Amino acid sequence: MDVAVKNYNYTHTFIGAHRDGTRSIIGDYFDQAGCRSVMLEVANLCCVRGDHRLFAGLGFSLAAGELMQVHGPNGSGKTSLLRTLCGLMAPEAGEIRWRGTDIRKLGESYYAELAYLGHHNAIKDELNALENLRINAGLAGNVVEDKAALTVLRRMGLRGKELLPVKVLSQGQRRRVALARLLVSNAPLWILDEPLAALDVGAVGMMQELIGEHVSNQGMVIFTTHQPLQVPGVPTRDLMLS
Amino acid sequence: MNALSLPELLVLVVRRDLVLAMRRRADVLTTLVFFVMVVSLFPLGVGKGELTLLHRIAPGVVWVAALLASMLSLGRMFSADYLDGTLEQILLAPQSLSVLVLGKIVAHWMVSGLPLVLMAPVLGLQFGLPADQLGVLMLALLLGTPVLSMIGAVGAALTLGLRGGGVLVSLLVLPLCIPVLVFGSGAVAQVAGGVTYAAHLELLCALLVAAAVSTPWVTAQALRISME
Repeated sequence: MDVAVKNYNYTHTFIGAHRDGTRSIIGDYFDQAGCRSVMLEVANLCCVRGDHRLFAGLGFSLAAGELMQVHGPNGSGKTSLLRTLCGLMAPEAGEIRWRGTDIRKLGESYYAELAYLGHHNAIKDELNALENLRINAGLAGNVVEDKAALTVLRRMGLRGKELLPVKVLSQGQRRRVALARLLVSNAPLWILDEPLAALDVGAVGMMQELIGEHVSNQGMVIFTTHQPLQVPGVPTRDLMLS
Repeated sequence: MNALSLPELLVLVVRRDLVLAMRRRADVLTTLVFFVMVVSLFPLGVGKGELTLLHRIAPGVVWVAALLASMLSLGRMFSADYLDGTLEQILLAPQSLSVLVLGKIVAHWMVSGLPLVLMAPVLGLQFGLPADQLGVLMLALLLGTPVLSMIGAVGAALTLGLRGGGVLVSLLVLPLCIPVLVFGSGAVAQVAGGVTYAAHLELLCALLVAAAVSTPWVTAQALRISME
């Protein structure tokens, strides 16, 4: 399948498909503001699920303070791409480099700089929102005090629900509990798979705000969504899988 | 925000799994009730008249039941975390995955192995085992059941997400548990025969140490493969 990446918001269009197996680092460019510090580089990435090749020759780079949306119809490999970028799946071919080093070699020190939110919320029905948040932060290597965790949950619109078992919450509220994890993480790279699933309009607005804040603090976000997500003041780069 | 040290991380994982087990008590009880039932069926089936026979087979029966009971709970070791996405987060944790896995194994043993150890002397009484044999039985179970959880973790990780994984994990793990069974029940039989049982317990200790060193790492690798 062909892969084309378009960069709508910059003056340069710089990414294309590479199927000839040549090494291809794309996107080392300078924007109008000056030097672009590339953090994540993907070169000639090929992903295979079963016998089916999802994409090949995919290359792009992401610099601090950039936001990228992965587009594509169902089954085009968006989730596989995100899981591959996290290191959960091994790519069939190609390289993913973080700060210039292959993520396979970096291992845990890459994970320390990565926050991933998948289709599943990774929260436990039996625990309440506060316990879930503290444990998830702990697994990600952060100690979060109760007070800080409560503040974050209230910001996520869960005031009054902090101590309820998560199983009594609605799907949207559960998603908010899962998203709260991002706020207690200090990872620069967020990889979000359908972060807006089940969220209401207010929560979508809040997510836009959160992503905007993260990006303006030199963070990076790669996400997929089927809903429009516009972060004011931050140009979104688009990656098309077809 | 402070980073967690490895012992703190271990405590976090163990405590999390224990809290979850306490809030899902039915799962814990089924293992224990299964163990009690299987062991109790033997005196009923063989008949109280055959006390010497019961006496002889008691260590083997208790050990086989413990082995089967531990197989029952293996499926749950990673499956809940796998289904709700927590396992992905665990794999992406910036700390050593082996330590996280060790925490899960320890919690699994405390929930499904330790109750068997504590229940064993009561069940041993049904077989008319004297106090010295009950003591050695408990000690052998205390050393052996963690090995069952550790070997089981490898099997559970390898069969994660497979259909019919429950049966497959038993087929994978049971043969590997045979040494634990042999030395565990052998220790009690040695006491009954009036011979020293130290060698059997030492071998169980050796198995425990070998498993503790190797299985968390092997399980971690198996989980990474299963999650691809």
